[in-house]
Amino acid sequence: MTDETLLSARGLNLRFGKIAALVNVDADLWPGEVLAIVGESGSGKTTLLNVLSGRIAPQSGVVWYRAPDGRLVDVHAMPAPALRALHRSDWGFVHQNPRDNLRMAVTAGGNVGERLMAQGRRNYGSIREEAIAWLGQVEIDASRVDDLPRTFSGGMLQRLQIARTLVTNPRLVFMDEPTGGLDVSVQARLLDLIRSLVRRLNIAAVLVTHDLAVARLLAHRIMVMQAGCVVEAGLTDQVLDDPQHPYTQLLVSSVLTA
Amino acid sequence: MTGYNFAYLDEQTKRMIRRSLLKAVAIPGHQVPFGSREMPLPYGWGTGGIQVTAAVLGPQDVLKVIDQGADDTTNAVSIRRFFARTAGVATTTHTAEATLIQTRHRIPELALREDQIIVYQVPQPEPLSKLESSRAETTRMHGLAEYGLMHVKLYEDITRFGQVSISYDYPVMVNGRYLMSPSPIPAFDNPKMHMMAALQLFGAGREQRIYAIPPYTSVVSLDFEDHPFRTTRAPQACGLCGADDSYLDEIVTDDRGGRLFVCSDTDHCETRRDAGHTGTESPDVEQAA
Repeated sequence: MTDETLLSARGLNLRFGKIAALVNVDADLWPGEVLAIVGESGSGKTTLLNVLSGRIAPQSGVVWYRAPDGRLVDVHAMPAPALRALHRSDWGFVHQNPRDNLRMAVTAGGNVGERLMAQGRRNYGSIREEAIAWLGQVEIDASRVDDLPRTFSGGMLQRLQIARTLVTNPRLVFMDEPTGGLDVSVQARLLDLIRSLVRRLNIAAVLVTHDLAVARLLAHRIMVMQAGCVVEAGLTDQVLDDPQHPYTQLLVSSVLTA
Repeated sequence: MTGYNFAYLDEQTKRMIRRSLLKAVAIPGHQVPFGSREMPLPYGWGTGGIQVTAAVLGPQDVLKVIDQGADDTTNAVSIRRFFARTAGVATTTHTAEATLIQTRHRIPELALREDQIIVYQVPQPEPLSKLESSRAETTRMHGLAEYGLMHVKLYEDITRFGQVSISYDYPVMVNGRYLMSPSPIPAFDNPKMHMMAALQLFGAGREQRIYAIPPYTSVVSLDFEDHPFRTTRAPQACGLCGADDSYLDEIVTDDRGGRLFVCSDTDHCETRRDAGHTGTESPDVEQAA
């Protein structure tokens, strides 16, 4: 692990009226690392993800991102075109519901190729080749490249979304409950896929989940949130095996074991 | 004509339109909003084009109006008569004699000159409207020059049909910056816009937008490196003048499958016939037979 963080946040505060969504949140992410944000519904996990990715501005605090050229940039002070360019190339966002991200009226190949075309690629043959290669990476049969996403199952849609996000080789991916709403066997397969892709491509990821098993499997480090505060943070195994904060202890003890 | 200002619109309105036109010329391909007025013809019949024409028309101008290339269709005849009566300007059907040409769906076959202006009637100025329904979002996309979505549409066409299936209103990049709808002209006419000597003005009345291409500006039809843009035309030669390089209309001549292909640009066809060119369906040929 290098000394230089990829993404770091300091003193993030955000209130929605009376509700405190983020209270003095600090976060750090190093290159190639997976950070899980866990907590119950309404604890501010998704808000934190949106603030880290520049989609919502905090009321105070700052988010620094280290650009590929080594400079530190303030995500929320960036001009909109630069932020959008970052979201198109160096970053990726995987939504809980793949239908939010995919274009359902466009073939699988077109969906995967969109980010390439947005970057200025103008060769049909090579875009298509790359799309087929990425479908292979996420275990979708190459023969489905010209099919519409509406003919895909839920698990396939999520894998298609991952292919569409990773096609530009991002360095940082934000994932919002990527396995939510899938049945257990599909979840297991998807987790396996995400884990191998993240390891192989050395992608850093911020992962929001309420499922401690998902965090245990994928994340190097974990942040536990409650009512907008980070109550505990540290190495995943350390936090889950030896929880210090009463809320974390409650979370860990309430996991059902089959 | 008494009771009307020159060219129907009041001077204040013309100044407002000219201000939008100046801005449009300064930013080639960018859609400039303007306060479109009610005109004495229905939306979709050229209310945008007619306002632009009224704003740039001068007493010395010679006006030509075409609709699908023809000078003698209802829309073309009424707009030509409208300006003959309200502005008293000379009108013509000859492309070479006109200083101002208002058009719907075609660019004349004869190359235009520096002293000519062509005004297009535009139904939908937003090239991304079929792909992204939110006007706020398309404005943002134009602002940031994010046009990947248009290529997704072309990608889908090639995937499904083996080629780009857009035959008219084929999207173009103007001056390497703005994506623009060329109005519903056939893709066949797109290359004529590139580095055209004449000033090109576009008016969309219902959508209240004006845009322009100054003379000698690059206009490039979108394509892929391995699927380059190409134009299509009916493979026949014109039945009346024998032209094999002009854009053709298909006319049904009877109920037994009879077809006649003729130039859609009527002036081009007449000029060629006057110069002695004949086609297989020319009346003279039939008389001789």
